[in-house]
Amino acid sequence: MMSAYAVVYAFVIVAVGFAAVTLGAAKLLRASVPYARKESTYECGIPAVGSTEVKLNIRFHVFALLFVLFDVEILYVYPWAVTARELGRLALVEMGVFLGVLLLGLAFAWRKGALSWE
Amino acid sequence: MTTPEPAAAAPKPVAPKYVPPEPVLNRQNGRLIEDRFSTWPTEVFKKRWSRPGYQRGAGMLVAIFVGLGLTGGLIGELAKRADGFYALLGSFAAAQGLPPLALDAGWIAIKVLIVLHIVLINGLWSIWWERKISAHIQSRVGPTYAGSPKGFNFHGWAQTAIDGIKLLLKEDVTPAAADKWVHALAPGLVIAPCIIAFAPVLFGDGLAAASLDIGTLYIFAFAGISVIGIVMAGWASGNKYSLLGGLRGAAQIVSYELPRGFSVVPILMFAGSLDLQVISNAQAGYWHGIIPRWFIFYPVVGQLAFVIFLISSVAETNRTPFDIPEAESELVSGFHTEYSGMKWSIFFLAEYAYVLLGSFLLATFFLGGGASPINALPFTWIPSWLWMLGKAMLMMFVFLWIRWTLPRFRVDQLMDFTWKFLLPWSFVNIAVAGLYLAYWLK
Repeated sequence: MMSAYAVVYAFVIVAVGFAAVTLGAAKLLRASVPYARKESTYECGIPAVGSTEVKLNIRFHVFALLFVLFDVEILYVYPWAVTARELGRLALVEMGVFLGVLLLGLAFAWRKGALSWE
Repeated sequence: MTTPEPAAAAPKPVAPKYVPPEPVLNRQNGRLIEDRFSTWPTEVFKKRWSRPGYQRGAGMLVAIFVGLGLTGGLIGELAKRADGFYALLGSFAAAQGLPPLALDAGWIAIKVLIVLHIVLINGLWSIWWERKISAHIQSRVGPTYAGSPKGFNFHGWAQTAIDGIKLLLKEDVTPAAADKWVHALAPGLVIAPCIIAFAPVLFGDGLAAASLDIGTLYIFAFAGISVIGIVMAGWASGNKYSLLGGLRGAAQIVSYELPRGFSVVPILMFAGSLDLQVISNAQAGYWHGIIPRWFIFYPVVGQLAFVIFLISSVAETNRTPFDIPEAESELVSGFHTEYSGMKWSIFFLAEYAYVLLGSFLLATFFLGGGASPINALPFTWIPSWLWMLGKAMLMMFVFLWIRWTLPRFRVDQLMDFTWKFLLPWSFVNIAVAGLYLAYWLK
């Protein structure tokens, strides 16, 4: 038998193929009667004013940065978690220090108001 | 009309007995039907079993369930004998003179197509189920008529299938302000990672399309890609509400991914593997022969991890307590305002597929996978895939129940909840799990 990852590649092909076939079949089957009024942007019925290229609040960026920080942390924690039993108490304490430092970072962000949406 | 007799001695007035109104009859497709909206619910509901359509429909639904169960059982039992089946295919391929690569490709194709159909049939089933549950919880009228060309209208069992056909044929309106290519690509980028993420999902002991040793990480990684599709959908629609919905969706999903990832760390510590099969096997057995050794029954840590994982799984699917990205009352419907037809339905197929994924993950991580909850003969005899399915369906019911019971978060509360509550508590949970490992489980 092939390795398990061959199945993963097959999943990639099937999933992309499924999306393409479904959307393509719908394109072939459906009616299409476009006109200007129908294609206008729907913002509660009145004509839309201005473009969508608007200034966005910086908070989205702050949350994205915090997410990257902690998501990379997950990648460090998982290998330790899997081998936590064999590595014993020293590694446990080390991971405590690691998580403690990151918790300090979280506390800092919290204190600075980076975690509040408003 | 004759004149009424004069009352000789006025008797004591008796309160008239309540006579329920006769159901109003109406015509639909030439047949007489009851107008349920003038008599709903009690009067019609009392008589429903006397309607032949209801009986036949009930029979049909039972037949569907039995058929699905038998199919599932067939697949489950076949998969148990997968090696023999593979050998059979191999001998067939050898007889036809096919190369071994073709045999493997065919074998993999069977596995992948089975999982793909699980995802698609789940869409049919769970949308119908969700509508019935919402009807019961919120006193709405759920699907009632669909599927009744000959009177087989048991609870509108065909509703989702008919909706699917409608959506396939419905016109797709792409707004003039939209970025056409990104707009068309976004639904594909939401559904494709979702299907790919199902590769290592455990449907029973040994029943996974791919037994990956990094299963947990793989699922989280691929499920995370769908965020990009949501941002693309919001960005490309050319609609300010959609843009805001897409960005809020990104902020929310990304934020809830952290407690979701950290909440399973105790599970990984106890099980010592990322492989879903090993995690499931680690929960086999019973404490004192009674309490199953499922991770949810590990004191404090198990329950806390379960609750955090459940909440973040609901948030990942953008469903109601957390549906800020598509909040109807403030953002029209968020990132899919400008979508219609098949593109729109693909977003919903992905949403329900993620509900199924979350249900199976909850069942695998916390509810013992395919293990029986009761250590007694008739229960331990039930095959593991049936337990798995039952637990996953129970979890799916919890998902739907939450959606139709709880009101929506405000956006700042939503972000506070994950960053200031779930994330710190998931760290505490890891610390307690470390103490368990050091002093109790060794």
